[in-house]
Amino acid sequence: MNRKVLSVLLAVAMVFCMFALSACADTGDKKDPDSGKDEGTANEDIKIGAILLGDENEGYTAAHIDGIKKAAENLNLKEDQIVWRYSVPENENCYDAAMELVDAGCELIFSNSFGHQTYMQQAASEVPDVTFVAMTGDTAVTSGLDNLCNAFTKIYQSRYVSGVVAGMKLAELEKDEKLTEDNYDEDGNILVGYVGAYPYAEVISGYTAFFLGIQSVVENVAMQVQFTNSWFDITAEGEAANMLMANGCVIIGQHADSTGAPAAVQAAHENGTLAFSVGYNIDMQSVAPDVALTSATNNWAVYYEYAISTMQKGETLPKNWAEGFEQDAVAITELSAACAEGTEEKVEEVISAIKAGELHVFDITKFTVDGKQVDSCVVDLNNNLQNTDPEDKEAIWDGYFHESELRSAPSFALNIDGITKLNAD
Amino acid sequence: MQYEAGKISAKKKHREPLLRIAKRDSMPLLLSWGIRIIAVLLSLVVCAVVIYAITRMNPLKVYGAMFEGAFGSERKIWITIRDTVSLLCIGVALAPAFKMRFWNIGAEGQVLVGGIATAACMIYLGDVLPTPALFLVMIITSCLAGALWGVIPAVFKSRWGTNETLFTLMMNYVAIQITSYCVALWENPPGSNYVGIIHPQTKAGWFPSLFGQQYMLNVILVLALAVGMFIYLRSTKHGYEISVVGQSESTARYAGINVGKVFVRTMLISGAVAGLTGFIAVSGSSHTISVNTAGGRGFTAIIVAWMAKFNTMTMIIISLLLIFLEKGANEIASQFNLNDFASQIITGIILFFIIGSEFFINYQMIWRGKNKEVA
Repeated sequence: MNRKVLSVLLAVAMVFCMFALSACADTGDKKDPDSGKDEGTANEDIKIGAILLGDENEGYTAAHIDGIKKAAENLNLKEDQIVWRYSVPENENCYDAAMELVDAGCELIFSNSFGHQTYMQQAASEVPDVTFVAMTGDTAVTSGLDNLCNAFTKIYQSRYVSGVVAGMKLAELEKDEKLTEDNYDEDGNILVGYVGAYPYAEVISGYTAFFLGIQSVVENVAMQVQFTNSWFDITAEGEAANMLMANGCVIIGQHADSTGAPAAVQAAHENGTLAFSVGYNIDMQSVAPDVALTSATNNWAVYYEYAISTMQKGETLPKNWAEGFEQDAVAITELSAACAEGTEEKVEEVISAIKAGELHVFDITKFTVDGKQVDSCVVDLNNNLQNTDPEDKEAIWDGYFHESELRSAPSFALNIDGITKLNAD
Repeated sequence: MQYEAGKISAKKKHREPLLRIAKRDSMPLLLSWGIRIIAVLLSLVVCAVVIYAITRMNPLKVYGAMFEGAFGSERKIWITIRDTVSLLCIGVALAPAFKMRFWNIGAEGQVLVGGIATAACMIYLGDVLPTPALFLVMIITSCLAGALWGVIPAVFKSRWGTNETLFTLMMNYVAIQITSYCVALWENPPGSNYVGIIHPQTKAGWFPSLFGQQYMLNVILVLALAVGMFIYLRSTKHGYEISVVGQSESTARYAGINVGKVFVRTMLISGAVAGLTGFIAVSGSSHTISVNTAGGRGFTAIIVAWMAKFNTMTMIIISLLLIFLEKGANEIASQFNLNDFASQIITGIILFFIIGSEFFINYQMIWRGKNKEVA
């Protein structure tokens, strides 16, 4: 009796195995030869692969998913033209995913996290006729590969504008005499705080832009930055915000992906602390209804649409792509009711000045380092932390630091006066 | 009498309430595997109901996608094999320790230090040494690093009777911190906080392809280890001592076995094999080091070791099953836009049934009569 059952089971198992083998033989042959691309010819049916760090439940990835979907809609892509890979960690699974997408016939493959880059580069070196884009990455040029690209937004512009929003609020608070002695440092500067992820150029560029935005409205400000050493840590971001508020900071900006800081500011507000939050990525009013002013965000769809349509036309992508308000690639979220009067008009004015090229965020007359104006800043473009190589270039000309122009990833890393890093170095 | 009773209840199918629970002496191999397979099939039925209830999708389609995720193309098959042997290797490392009832839950850390040693060799010696010498150095250093990580808790246990479970667990965190430090030390490009792929151009220190297969060497190494460990545990004096210590320390002492020495010696081996897993992970698959190099497999391997009852041959099947579930879960998440949690429910149900089936294998009730029939 038992033996019979077992033999049936074994037979079933063997049938399964055979099915498995034939199935893989099928897909193995499926790599159709006519997908080989011809340079310069239109390729409407291009297949896109998306390697994503998280899924729609994680804000940063959700923004990328939205971007790709919006681009696909605008370009009338069919559903089966996009192959999704969710929750791909920053390890060899990324390489596996990239190669599987190549097998599936994808000719343009995006990855959305910085840590994916090295695996994308590996895949790119092995499959030269597929284009790989490591979003937010920085090694496209130094890799020497023709089919590896980087793209970023000029997020510093929207951080500057979100700083203007915060500055308007500070000006109002000062005018209404809501600020107390604790909110000023010994030199009479109003204290603002910033929760940063890592002490890298990407974050430094962001908080400096935010600070300069505030300072364009109120001259007397000083900023304290607390790093969490994580891109996403609700608890640590909340604690950092609490610490900054305990120091007297009235505004809490952030460059980390969770809602930890705004939630902490809301809680402190309910306990009588005077503080407001400026978020990142998403509108924070859902977690901080009384204190969230606005958030700086990316509009990734602009790049995705550009990249896909470029490939459809059979053209090659630029190694580095970075756009800002000029192309609506960055934005700030809806201004909340907590914002000061006149903010909306001011924001519009600033954005149109940026668009018109009249206002430059890193204008060298607007900041100093060690009390002196900076006239020269050579940036490291070959990723060796030194700026003396022939590849490295001067980023200051025409009176401002040209952020994200020499390469898409941010490179402004000067420690300007007025900003104190509380826990770096 | 009991024989008769067993026969009657067997006819009534085994979802009857348990009449009597008693530990079994042993069960024929085929029967125990039969029970496991039935458990898997039952779990698939339950999963089908759950899938339909939650997503309104055809469960067969979902299963098909899971299968495709693990075996859908030649590349996928090899990735599944690569990950299976890496999990298996840790299971093999745990086998001797667990068999002597030494709860080594520090495999994660032992793998990491082995990986750090390997990465260090690749980075500092990759361009200096010829390939055979480099491999020799990588193997030796990774084994030593893993063995060191394994033997420290064993020495403390044999000398001062410390609790090895806590000790090995805590050693994981030390290893993770050391890894973070090394990542900061070796980060490339600087400032990125990632080591990145080491020697992407020269591939110095990478496993060579064998028979045109990138991961063939991983498979050969791990299978050799599994067979070696099987023989070591089954047919050597050391293996015998390990099993006596595992049954009862007092008996072992009475029989003249130096229990402390067996602890230390076995943990040297267990740690060294785990360290070697780190070598295979870094040199043979990821070509980089990060705190995720072990990726939680050090803990998953505990399930593998237990489900396989420390039999390294059985571990092959268990590892394959767990990796199959992992790959399948990823695939259905991508194909059907289900998020991770939906696929984890399926994995959870299947594991629950398989682990649950061990109860029926270890304890006898209504099946006793049949048991004798087969034997």
